Amino acid sequence: MTQPLAESGSESRTLSPISESPRSRATEAWVGFATIVRREVHRILRIWAQTLLPPIISTGLYFIIFGPVLGQRIGVVEGYSYIQYVTPGLIMMSVLLNSYQNVVSSFFGAKFQNHVEEMMVSPMSSNAILLGYSIGGVFRGLVIGSVVSLMSLLFADLPVVHPVLTISVAVLTAVAFALAGFINALIARNFDEVSIIPTFVLAPLTMLGGVFYSVNMLPDFWKTISYANPILYMVNAFRYGILGRSDMPIEVAFGVLVVFIVCFYTLANSMLKRGIGIRS
Amino acid sequence: MNSTAQEGESVALPTNAVPALRIRNLRKTYKGGVEALKGIDLEVDQGEFFGLLGPNGAGKSTTIGIITSLVNKSEGSIEVFGIDTERDLESAKRLIGVVPQEINFNQFEQPLRIVAQQAGYYGIPWAEAQERAGQCLEWMGLWDKRKVLSRALSGGMKRRLMIARALVHGPRLLILDEPTAGVDIEIRRATWELLEQINRQGTTIILTTHYLEEAESLCKRLAIIDGGCIVQNSDTRSLLRQLAIETFVLDPQDALDAAPKLDGFPTAMREDGSIEVEIKQGASLNQLFDSLKQEGIVITSMRNKANRLEELFVRLVEGGQESKL
Repeated sequence: MTQPLAESGSESRTLSPISESPRSRATEAWVGFATIVRREVHRILRIWAQTLLPPIISTGLYFIIFGPVLGQRIGVVEGYSYIQYVTPGLIMMSVLLNSYQNVVSSFFGAKFQNHVEEMMVSPMSSNAILLGYSIGGVFRGLVIGSVVSLMSLLFADLPVVHPVLTISVAVLTAVAFALAGFINALIARNFDEVSIIPTFVLAPLTMLGGVFYSVNMLPDFWKTISYANPILYMVNAFRYGILGRSDMPIEVAFGVLVVFIVCFYTLANSMLKRGIGIRS
Repeated sequence: MNSTAQEGESVALPTNAVPALRIRNLRKTYKGGVEALKGIDLEVDQGEFFGLLGPNGAGKSTTIGIITSLVNKSEGSIEVFGIDTERDLESAKRLIGVVPQEINFNQFEQPLRIVAQQAGYYGIPWAEAQERAGQCLEWMGLWDKRKVLSRALSGGMKRRLMIARALVHGPRLLILDEPTAGVDIEIRRATWELLEQINRQGTTIILTTHYLEEAESLCKRLAIIDGGCIVQNSDTRSLLRQLAIETFVLDPQDALDAAPKLDGFPTAMREDGSIEVEIKQGASLNQLFDSLKQEGIVITSMRNKANRLEELFVRLVEGGQESKL
């Protein structure tokens, strides 16, 4: 049974004073950031059937189709079996799409239900909010990426030639797409606008981003066009980490990743500070 | 309760001489040109229980939105306990707790988590945040519901959850935007007692409400906002003294054909057979009953026609609208 509201005239119920030891703003910012990360991780794990299971199942189906079913008929690409060649791209695709999807759905959900106001009325800085949501997105992207990587071992032999570089590329890609998802969530005014970019921008760029083929297989014109696709650089950098080969210099791929992260962070932080999409 | 929240490196402790809230020339024009606030000035003293009244669309929620930084202002200044929000918004925010009009928590979360997370956003470490969240929920009578999904709570419980969330970081200024809207009378009265208790412990409270009875019984001072302007701002007693005439409804024992003519007391018949009588402030009621007796009318019951504040509110707001025409 619910307890009665404060008894009439009672002065006995009070809150204990807040910890006397003064906290620096940096400590408070850290606590705020950690609170968002904790909340995001809890959310991802609480609704695992929505956040973790579907991408793992769909990527598993890719492995089945491009491994035993189609892969053997396609033969060898750039010296690797087809399933070996596409696996790094499939892992990267899961990482970037899920990092993006997590932030866009979580932050837009907070906007839609108005509980974004809980953070807006608090003294938390825009940096703490942005980083907290981004780490949530990175967490989901990397958890799915890890599960998908383990699953891929059932279908392909992956040597992982440069493990540190492989992990670095995965983390940086997850950060870049988590930030992009945040910008999408800020701009979106309804659920249609949440799905427009993943459907009409991200999916085509991913499909045309060298996940399923080498750009060296394309005619010169389309090869040149493909170099404008940032996902191509991320997929190739990750493939380089795992297989030791890439369609482009690895330094360029890292450069593209860093530029995207800096641009997305600056834009998202500026929009958040100005209250674009969340303040009237 | 009244401890200054985070006494961090740059939060200057306010003195009692500084008002809890000072608003100067606050203006807000929304995109599309709607002018919601036309330069309002307001001052709320520390420890006060202050009421902000106004009809729908008057600018109450916009004002609260700007104070709590949910709405961008177009012009003007706001100081919270002497801290200019333009210069140090973060420190000002530490001192404010807000209970919005609409339910705005994640309804798929548990109450304990919602309140503890709010403490975390104010920089209170997780272990302490959970402890304080538990205390707040206990205070609001929601301890037993701390682990249910919050969407399963009743309307009144959801309101109390929002009050618990607003109090968890120990604000010195609590702003409530129609906190009892849509809750039953029992919960409403319990909430009034709770708010009075919070106020007695030193927290300044600003309340907007549609229930004028609520404002009359709780608020020591009132401002009436209409059309983006403050049309009245004074203590509740002075406001009520402005009512020079009160209207009473009298039920006669026997049905009357027409309203009786009583010397010095304008009357009118009501559809239900009762009589409305206007009585000037300070006039003797004995005189009224003498006149009724002379007319041979026996009165079986008598009541005030309307809440006095409601009457004044309607006059002020209608007066404002007429002057605009």
